[in-house]
Amino acid sequence: MAAAATCSTGTRSTGSVVVAASRNSVTSFQRRGPRASGTDSGCSRLVSIAGTRPSVRNGQLLVSTGLPALDQLLGGGLAVGTVLLIEEDKYNIYSPLLFKYFLAEGIVTGHTLLVASAKEDPADILQELPAPLLDDNCKKECDEDIYNHKTESNIKMKIAWRYQLLPKMEARPVSSSRFGHYYDVSKRIPQELIEASKWHGFFLPEKISSTLNLEPCSLSHSYIKLLQFIQNIIYEEGFDGSNPQKKQKNILRIGIQNLGSPLWGDDICWTENCDSNHSLTKFLYMLRGLLRSSLSACIITVPTHLIQNKAIIARVTNLSDTVVGLESFIGSEKETNPLYKDYHGLIHIRQIPQLNNLIYDVSDVKDLAFKLKRKLFTIEVFLRATSDAFLKQKERLHLPPDLSDTVSRSSKQDLAESTKLLGPGCGMTARGKKHLDF
Amino acid sequence: MFPELNNLLNTTPDQTEQGKLTLLCDAKTDGSFLVHHFLSFYLKANCKVCFVALIQSFSHYNIVGQKLGVSLTTARECGQLVFLEGLKSAVDVFFRPQEEPHPLQFLREANSGNLQPLYEFVQEALKPMDSGEAAWRCPVLLVDDLSVLLSLGVGAVAVLDFIHYCRATVCREWKGNVVALVHDSGDAEDEENDILLNGLGHQSHLILRAEGLATGFCKDVHGQLRILWRRPSEPTAQRDRSLTYQYKIQDKNVSFFAKGMSPAVL
Repeated sequence: MAAAATCSTGTRSTGSVVVAASRNSVTSFQRRGPRASGTDSGCSRLVSIAGTRPSVRNGQLLVSTGLPALDQLLGGGLAVGTVLLIEEDKYNIYSPLLFKYFLAEGIVTGHTLLVASAKEDPADILQELPAPLLDDNCKKECDEDIYNHKTESNIKMKIAWRYQLLPKMEARPVSSSRFGHYYDVSKRIPQELIEASKWHGFFLPEKISSTLNLEPCSLSHSYIKLLQFIQNIIYEEGFDGSNPQKKQKNILRIGIQNLGSPLWGDDICWTENCDSNHSLTKFLYMLRGLLRSSLSACIITVPTHLIQNKAIIARVTNLSDTVVGLESFIGSEKETNPLYKDYHGLIHIRQIPQLNNLIYDVSDVKDLAFKLKRKLFTIEVFLRATSDAFLKQKERLHLPPDLSDTVSRSSKQDLAESTKLLGPGCGMTARGKKHLDF
Repeated sequence: MFPELNNLLNTTPDQTEQGKLTLLCDAKTDGSFLVHHFLSFYLKANCKVCFVALIQSFSHYNIVGQKLGVSLTTARECGQLVFLEGLKSAVDVFFRPQEEPHPLQFLREANSGNLQPLYEFVQEALKPMDSGEAAWRCPVLLVDDLSVLLSLGVGAVAVLDFIHYCRATVCREWKGNVVALVHDSGDAEDEENDILLNGLGHQSHLILRAEGLATGFCKDVHGQLRILWRRPSEPTAQRDRSLTYQYKIQDKNVSFFAKGMSPAVL
């Protein structure tokens, strides 16, 4: 309980409850909302796991990706038993952030972690996780930021009002405070939290040196090792339902970094036709099989831009559940494009799984951009046109909003918009919405 | 089962055609609603169904099946449905090797590509009974989806051979039906997948091709379905006639309409 003690000093009760829940994970910390509404009968017995909530849509148990904006885009969160595949951006700058958010969320909610990497020691990865913004210090920082923007926002209100109608990606932090948390990327996660958490590391160079006497199989050696490791954890710690858990049920969060990169011993990155063409897809299939029968969720980052054979990417996408692609502007001509100057890249939701459903819900908003602020990684609806009259005119003509006319006004608009998004982003829904009234 | 699709295909569960291979194919969209249609259709038609489900878990198909009015659990209990859950079996085969050959034995083998155990499994599952128990109408093999086999390292030719064997046994010998889904890789230039798709298109009697809209995402129209009949016996006017409809997937149904005639547009 050291973690709870240190973190709860000076915080309001809610703040400390989150941390305490991560250690004890008992009923008193549960929100009444989801359980009272009782979405699906199959899930009701699972609801008592901290940091999860049942999906309204398909009754699946969801976990947060650690980025509430992304959760919302993915239909509430990541379903337990599924794989989230992140297509890495070209220089691998922003994808590790999503990876770390996912793991940090696991630590805060008290889930067991399994971190696999061929590049960094999992212990080091954990050290670099972002610090959670619990309610109290979040509020303080919000106030700070809002103060900075206050004068501007009052003036710019008139320009910003129409964006109220746009769907907001950063919403409902109050209601999801138990489910998803916000993180400060400029700070490291408190050491106590890491010490209190339960995690397993798979560092490939450490594991690979051992025996090579496996029977021949078309899977590459490192993938076999990793699968066996995961299966072992799932089985021994009782994450598969068949092996009754003695203690409270918990979620296993699996994170696999740079899967398919040369460090994993996969040669799909430099040859188009090779013998191990099926190694990665086969691994993913097995992993999917393991996840489907256990209380676990998995995030994988894959350097898809390195994979030579495009057919493999298509197959990998088919075998994963949720696929999110990051495209950073660094090094591309978009970096200098005035239209994109307030963002660091685009985020593409490539695939959303159909679970227990005929319909797969696709978000209406396709233009999403991300921005790494000083503390927060934010996802925003990317606005192509910024002038009201101009937009109306375009709508009437059914023309796509053009870029050329908009550049002059975009800066003011985006400023106003960012102030608006900032409020809800830090746990101030009411404020974020209401201060736009005039 | 979607009544509107039955109308388009001129079938009802009471009068099913026999001895046909139906190829389901999807490009730039998800065609699994077609699999759910045929699964519920043949279960309602009182056929003996062998479902090789490689991509999703049993509970997924079961829950969707319930929305479409069939219970896979009861069908499995009373022997109407034989369900091979690929994901679960793969883990079993991989981590808990057994003595007797498993239908998905190829997962363990180094130079995989031998689908014979899978064929034997299908054969065993659909073998006509000696008129002892409840007699099912005709045997049906349903595969979701064949592209996964390619991802698992089976060659396209081996998959084509497997389907050919199944067709010879199920369609011809037992007067049953085979339905299989294959993804169309589109721009990805997946050579093996193209071989498989073209090879199957050549053999099949009916091709249902779900495509995403060329103009991009739309909230009210989820895609278009192309229906291609290949009936050698009919006069040329009827032969190879192709029909295109647009569709919208709803919670428990799929509505089809002529191109450009979406209720949202009119």
